[in-house]
Amino acid sequence: MNILVCISHVPDTTSKINFTDNDSKFDANGVQFVINPNDEFGLTRAMWFKEKQGAKVTVVNVGGSETEPTLRKALAIGADAAIRVNTKATDGFKVAKQLAKVITDGSFDLVIAGRESIDYNGGMVPGMVAGLTNANFVNNCIALEVDGNTASATREIDGGKETISVGLPLIIGGQKGLVEESELRIPNMRGIMMARQKPLTVVEPDETNSKTASIKFEKPAPKGAVKLVPEDNLDELINLLHNEAKVI
Amino acid sequence: MSVLVYTESDQGKLKKGAFEVASYGKAVANQLGTTVTAISINADETSVLGNYGVDKVLTVSSSELESFNAKIYASVIKQAAEKENSQIVIISSSADSKYLAPLLAVDLQAGYVSNVIETPISTSPFTVKRNAFTNKAFEITQINTNVKIVGVSSNAFGLVESNGSATAEDFSPTIEASNLKVESVDRTTNKVTIADADIVVSGGRGLKGPENWGMIEELADVLGAATACSKPVSDLGWRPHSEHVGQTGKPVASNLYIAIGISGAIQHLAGVNASKVKVVINTDAEAPFFKAADYGVVGDAFTVVPKLIEKIKAFKAQQ
Ligand SMILES: Cc1cc2nc3c(=O)[nH]c(=O)nc-3n(C[C@H](O)[C@H](O)[C@H](O)COP(=O)(O)OP(=O)(O)OC[C@H]3O[C@@H](n4cnc5c(N)ncnc54)[C@H](O)[C@@H]3O)c2cc1C
Ligand SMILES: Nc1ncnc2c1ncn2[C@@H]1O[C@H](COP(=O)(O)O)[C@@H](O)[C@H]1O
Repeated sequence: MNILVCISHVPDTTSKINFTDNDSKFDANGVQFVINPNDEFGLTRAMWFKEKQGAKVTVVNVGGSETEPTLRKALAIGADAAIRVNTKATDGFKVAKQLAKVITDGSFDLVIAGRESIDYNGGMVPGMVAGLTNANFVNNCIALEVDGNTASATREIDGGKETISVGLPLIIGGQKGLVEESELRIPNMRGIMMARQKPLTVVEPDETNSKTASIKFEKPAPKGAVKLVPEDNLDELINLLHNEAKVI
Repeated sequence: MSVLVYTESDQGKLKKGAFEVASYGKAVANQLGTTVTAISINADETSVLGNYGVDKVLTVSSSELESFNAKIYASVIKQAAEKENSQIVIISSSADSKYLAPLLAVDLQAGYVSNVIETPISTSPFTVKRNAFTNKAFEITQINTNVKIVGVSSNAFGLVESNGSATAEDFSPTIEASNLKVESVDRTTNKVTIADADIVVSGGRGLKGPENWGMIEELADVLGAATACSKPVSDLGWRPHSEHVGQTGKPVASNLYIAIGISGAIQHLAGVNASKVKVVINTDAEAPFFKAADYGVVGDAFTVVPKLIEKIKAFKAQQ
């Protein structure tokens, strides 16, 4: 099995989010970048396919050279090879177009991406890749098994889950559940050393126009002070929720 | 030229999100001086959409569409958009709608923007405001294609009634075959889901152990709320993963979010901050969640929650 894991390079979850250039750009100053958590679950599941079923695992990112440490980290965790498509990820469609080309060129039969990136929260790249490559697609995937040319994928639905049987080629939008939290791996020294020897190929992008453009960012207005209610006066809490907030 | 809204249903019943996208679609149609058409699949009763501004409903009924299939549903919506010559398609933020939207975007060669929270700032160029960075910021995005897909954030625009009426028209799209087969569905029955809930009651590690969740469930019951939890609570196996909310769990955008024994870590807040009103119950007055909350009780959950349940029961009884 030839697996491609899509890796989005995102600010660490604890990052303070700031903007620059007149609030038109994300300010990466002092921000630590990580593998998007949804992709980390996917990569860890891919390692299982590698170790148990002999799959080959390639990771890919569409982005500038600043994302290479994130790809190296994925190699240190155990991926065999990395590809970086050398262009700015300006919108989901453009990223999907680049990934579609990588998938066709590399004849990958299983593509593991994440449900969404925690930076722009687009939630669209894997679905668009599936649409562009005509592969099957399962989103919100919380369990995945592959047997020959068929996969069994479990998807979280509002209020439950469903299990789907589906043929390869397949793209999934993965999330927590694909592996247990405790299975996530921190790269060790040996992995880091080995990662240096593994191929990280830079490919030039296909001509694509973005369909959407980010114009400006705003931050939410600061929150007013909390109204504290003494614990022996819960009637007041109910009064506030009913008459002031009008939520009960 | 009609604005097309995809009004989702579940087992024949229109979902709350259907009325939200209808309300939003009506507002956009007003901006553009056009009408609203809804596309609904296997919904029993669609005339009620008229109360939210829909002029016409394309009703599809087909046993082949009984279980949700993103690719096939996207193709049905595409055919509806083409029939209506719609330049704008509006969908909700349910798991199913978010699943089909990117496929639809490729089918229609449309620009797609998700998590939109307000009516367009401008319709030419078409510019919308959306949540980004998991509620830590807003992004103003422009869609540059002829056909546009807008995904509306849950509970952001809300329901707006209008006194119109909707005509129904049978619609029989071509239904493709699928090579994706649903083998089994496992639904938690009779429980409000986090996605649909107006109120969410959430518990954290402060509750000490799974045996103490009875009062969380009871509070949720009396409020008609869904239950949720912080990440460590699901990692410890006290509650199912499907209840984990936050940046790496489910997003919550309810009207009321009640956090009990949750400290308010940045990753937790990021995922629940889109909720309109937040109430925090915590023994520690310094817990960071109080800074993000609207109302708070500094106190022990084990005494406050049972009292609160009794008070709310009494309040509901006299309503
Ligand atoms: C990459 C990453 C992603 C993460 N994603 C998420 C996420 O999506 N969602 C999430 O929730 N977390 C997430 N976390 C974890 C997060 O950082 C916190 O560790 C977690 O939210 C803490 O959970 P908690 O508030 O339940 O527990 P604690 O931080 O242990 O807080 C327990 C609280 O209960 C209070 N308390 C104790 N006893 C009582 C009592 N008797 N009555 C009332 N209050 C009491 C305490 O004062 C304390 O404030 C993530 C972390 C990382 C690193
Ligand atoms: N620039 C990128 N390079 C590689 N993969 C990406 C990129 N952006 C998004 N993805 C993948 O698509 C998923 C969903 O991203 P998004 O649609 O941006 O929310 C991510 O979890 C990644 O797996």
